[in-house]
Amino acid sequence: MCLAVPGKIVSIDESNPDLKMAKVNFGGVMKEICIQWLPDANVGEYVLAHVGFALNKIDEKDAEDTLKILHEMGDLNEEEFKSESI
Amino acid sequence: MKYVDEFRNLDAAKSIADKIRAITKHKWNIMEICGGQTHTIMKYNVEELLPPEINLIHGPGCPVCVTPLELIDKAINIASRADVIFTSFGDMLRVPGSKMDLLAVKAIGGNVKMVYSPLDAVKIAEQNPDKKVVFFAVGFETTAPANAMSVFEASKRGIKNYSILCSHVLVPPAIEALLSSKDNLIQGFLAAGHVCTVMGYEDYIPLSRRYKIPIVVTGFEPVDILQGIFMTVKQLEEKRFEVENQYSRVVTKQGNIAAKNLLNEIFDVVDRKWRGIGTIPKSGFGLKEKYAGYDAEKIFSLENIIVEESPLCIAGLVLQGLKKPMECSQFGKTCTPENPLGAPMVSSEGACAAYFHYGKR
Ligand code: SF4
Repeated sequence: MCLAVPGKIVSIDESNPDLKMAKVNFGGVMKEICIQWLPDANVGEYVLAHVGFALNKIDEKDAEDTLKILHEMGDLNEEEFKSESI
Repeated sequence: MKYVDEFRNLDAAKSIADKIRAITKHKWNIMEICGGQTHTIMKYNVEELLPPEINLIHGPGCPVCVTPLELIDKAINIASRADVIFTSFGDMLRVPGSKMDLLAVKAIGGNVKMVYSPLDAVKIAEQNPDKKVVFFAVGFETTAPANAMSVFEASKRGIKNYSILCSHVLVPPAIEALLSSKDNLIQGFLAAGHVCTVMGYEDYIPLSRRYKIPIVVTGFEPVDILQGIFMTVKQLEEKRFEVENQYSRVVTKQGNIAAKNLLNEIFDVVDRKWRGIGTIPKSGFGLKEKYAGYDAEKIFSLENIIVEESPLCIAGLVLQGLKKPMECSQFGKTCTPENPLGAPMVSSEGACAAYFHYGKR
């Protein structure tokens, strides 16, 4: 359950000041992620996300390496991010 | 198996394993707390690379596994009601309660939905004002801020039909409970990298000093884990006991302060019952009085349901590292991932399921 996945910020939506959101690309899978706890996160940067929330920023090279691993381990797929897939 | 980069590169893994072998002079029992790490260790056969002196003990860091049977029964009680939409992360749906699991409730007409994020559950509440929407808020410190945010948002937006069934657990009190047990075998800990991403590692420093035990914050790739083991063994052989950070590419000493502030706003530290282990003092989060209106246990008056665990399942001993899964008489016989008897067989992070999947029988 504590799996956290790196993804790249594509765009940022600050319309709710208590719930800053970002569109994040996880190796091809796009997802809305809350980046409220990373006040200095910018478009193009990588974040480590868990259940819809960015926990921290992560260095680009580390992020890409981890994504490659997750792809290969089969731990990253559309299902991972789906709601109501039962 | 292919290895793609430096975190899983076989040569890198072998060279760290060589370094571990070169410094290991004594027998050591090291516990990886986190179920995600247990999964990696089994999947990549990390134990095979280690010298025989090193014994890895698989800890209780699987939220699915430590959620008490009682709470599963409470979830099933709530989910069975006609005016409820019950929402949960996928991995809680198959955890056996004393009579059925949440998927079975869904099969007989209960409105049970799997969500990716607790914010999705808040959205469902907003869209279904005539229903009571309950989210099954389990998890360690990694997940707690997300669940706290769902309550914060619901409260801010005046959403009154949202609540959480809360059973958050905390790592440092579990470490303390393991170390203060008279049967304790553990001589070093790999602390969970993502828990520490949120919380930092200041809380581990007094534990390390009091129990004279090395604690190394460790990541999730095979090479991370080997490095974490190397750092732990090095401390043990040099008779040092400190908190060190292997996962510094993500973890800072203070953790994520904004997320921690939100936790303080929403939750109090409370006593929690752990499946198979029992109640550990001050080992979890519960909603603050101010947010009692979001507490499903109060809303549905479930505080009096008390359920005993199955006597056949020795999950408690497994989660404390006192027994290996295959030492359980039910392992692989009456208890399999398709028909789990206990929670550690449900989640792929549970020690029993990890042993089963990766052929340690
Ligand atoms: S094998 Fe099954 S019954 Fe035995 S400890 Fe594990 S979960 Fe419990």
